[in-house]
Amino acid sequence: MGIDRRGFLKLFGVGIGGALSGSLFLPNPSRGEVIIPKTEFLGILVDTTRCIGCRSCEAACAEAHHLPVPDIDDLSVFEKERKTTVHQWTVVNRYETEKGEVFVKRQCMHCNQPGCVAACLVKAMEKRKEGPVTWETNCMGCRYCMPSCPFEIPKFEFHSANPKIQKCNMCWERLKKGEKPACVENCPEEALLFGPRRELLEEARRRIYQKPGNYISHIYGEHEVGGTGILYLSKVPFEQIGFRTDLGTTPYPEYTKGFLYAVPLVLLLWPSFLIGVNALTKHEGERKGGRMR
Amino acid sequence: MNELATHGEIKSLKDLFYFIRKELKPKGKIFTPFNVISFPIILLGAFLVILRLAKGLGSVTNLSQEFPWGIWIGFDVMVGVAFAGGAYILTFVVYILRSERYHPVVRATVLNGFLAYVFYAGAIFLDLGRWWNIVNPIIGNKFGVNSVLFLVSWHFLLYMISLFIEFSPTVAEWLGLKRIRKILASLTIGAVIFGIALSTLHQSGLGALFLMAKDKIHPLWYTEFIPVLFFVSSIFAGLSMVIFEGTISHKVFSHQIDPEHQASFDRILIGLGKGCAGALFVYFFMKVLILIHGKQWPLLATPMGTWYLIEVIGLVLLPCVLFLHGVRYQNLTVIKMAAILSMIGIIINRLNYSIIAFKWYVPLSERYLPSWMEIVITLSIIFTEIWVFRWVVNRMPVLKESPEWVLEEKTVEKGIALRKEAPQWKVSAM
Repeated sequence: MGIDRRGFLKLFGVGIGGALSGSLFLPNPSRGEVIIPKTEFLGILVDTTRCIGCRSCEAACAEAHHLPVPDIDDLSVFEKERKTTVHQWTVVNRYETEKGEVFVKRQCMHCNQPGCVAACLVKAMEKRKEGPVTWETNCMGCRYCMPSCPFEIPKFEFHSANPKIQKCNMCWERLKKGEKPACVENCPEEALLFGPRRELLEEARRRIYQKPGNYISHIYGEHEVGGTGILYLSKVPFEQIGFRTDLGTTPYPEYTKGFLYAVPLVLLLWPSFLIGVNALTKHEGERKGGRMR
Repeated sequence: MNELATHGEIKSLKDLFYFIRKELKPKGKIFTPFNVISFPIILLGAFLVILRLAKGLGSVTNLSQEFPWGIWIGFDVMVGVAFAGGAYILTFVVYILRSERYHPVVRATVLNGFLAYVFYAGAIFLDLGRWWNIVNPIIGNKFGVNSVLFLVSWHFLLYMISLFIEFSPTVAEWLGLKRIRKILASLTIGAVIFGIALSTLHQSGLGALFLMAKDKIHPLWYTEFIPVLFFVSSIFAGLSMVIFEGTISHKVFSHQIDPEHQASFDRILIGLGKGCAGALFVYFFMKVLILIHGKQWPLLATPMGTWYLIEVIGLVLLPCVLFLHGVRYQNLTVIKMAAILSMIGIIINRLNYSIIAFKWYVPLSERYLPSWMEIVITLSIIFTEIWVFRWVVNRMPVLKESPEWVLEEKTVEKGIALRKEAPQWKVSAM
């Protein structure tokens, strides 16, 4: 991509502080309202037709985040569909489909409007301006992010006295240095492409148009749950390679928005109503303040 | 028995310490069946709590990545808070609608509500993986204002304070603090109004927690109206709990209650039953509307559909009919049975959202079942709450009459007013 990421990220650094303090008491801004965004989320395009299942990304991810490095020559792991774990932020699965073997890398989808972020009551889960969804140690360990994630990505260390939420952070610490995510850098088949989400979508569409026989006409993550930072291309329908296609296109925070908007109303109107009723039921001759025990 | 309280104010701090030390000693028999059963369980529970804090949640719970919330959330918090709803409904009836009939049960209900919040909402503390960060949403490290749980946590805290203020005059009467009692009593109405608003929001907020689990909760249970359903169900859950707890308290502490109140209790139960029937009917009606609106008919023929029908027909409609029957024929046994049924219904309902209808598609072998240690800790929380409740009831004027000086003060305060209104509340009491 022809963007100087270093300068681009620096600029963000300055902006983040001001933007965060300003938006502290405002509901999530709906990013869909901006027509030409000044800043864009970074993301990864995963082309499953190119993936050969070498699991280099798994090893690179583990190394980058000081997790136990898996033995990538062990092919037995493909026998069962795996989910990410507290030790594995990304996993590659193998699927038998109508068009043969397909390998799919899974990790956090870095939603545009993540459920986990809306769930977090201490903003330990945070959607960075640059795109990654990251976790911080001011977390209470309530695990509300887990049922709120449509992809069931946050993993909790149940067997630790000082437990953390473990999940892919799109190599946030590398991004800050201007480097690409470790998995992208170590993919030998260029199945992973890193860049601004909008450009990734264009590239994905280009690939579909140029080789319509190679792909189904669906970019997973373009609209799912309001759009995700990680986008997928496939030659078979996504149900066949372990994706849920029933998640809808509504961003997950929208589901609680109505309730949260009702809160100030109830807090304002309910007490006034109660005071009114209390005044109405007041018996004659009673002193101000009501008859208490 | 508490001479200080009856004879007048505590003059110095030394008096206060002496008095409290005296009150801390156990009263009554020690080796009752309840104590013999509950004490070892509490001890074991305390040991398991230490184990949990030292070794992490996985050492005592069966929680997994698939089922991050177990009975400590689904039962202790969700059900405990629903059952504590009696406090906000009764304070509404007594202090806002000024229905004097229910006054005798208000103190016990508020105390029960307060303790329920302290213990069952306190169970969150055990469930938090990083419990030392529990103050973060309060002190602002950081404020996650977009989160439903942020609202719920603040409301728990504020509501606990409101309930304590509502209960505080009783504590002042126990300590014989005349002036302080007067000040605290003047705060009651404010605390009640604030408390009702808070309850409305966090009872429904507990339901709103599940709104983002849209893809994980069975479509027969998932609806955008979960918050409303949780709020309405907290009404009959709370009232049923008042019936249940009141019936037991009036047996166990019968020597503390004067005969006049003992007699009025039956009428109170019938009134509460009427309220339950109404709330249950509204709830049932909403359930039906949501079912029709959601066009989920075919799902009723599945095993989960049967489970749904058991909940809605057997544990909502049936107790509703029983309550109506009990009220119509003044049959207290039927009312009490209906109360227990509707309480079971609440337990099933809350567990459905958090555990049973949650990820219903996961095969049985991988599903969450509480470990015996989770159950022991839950039981010890319940037993400890009952111990504290008993301790308070045995000492403070919760069920028994307030000390003489309070009654005297009240008569002086509104001597004429009382005589004027006397005929009026006779009418309302019919």
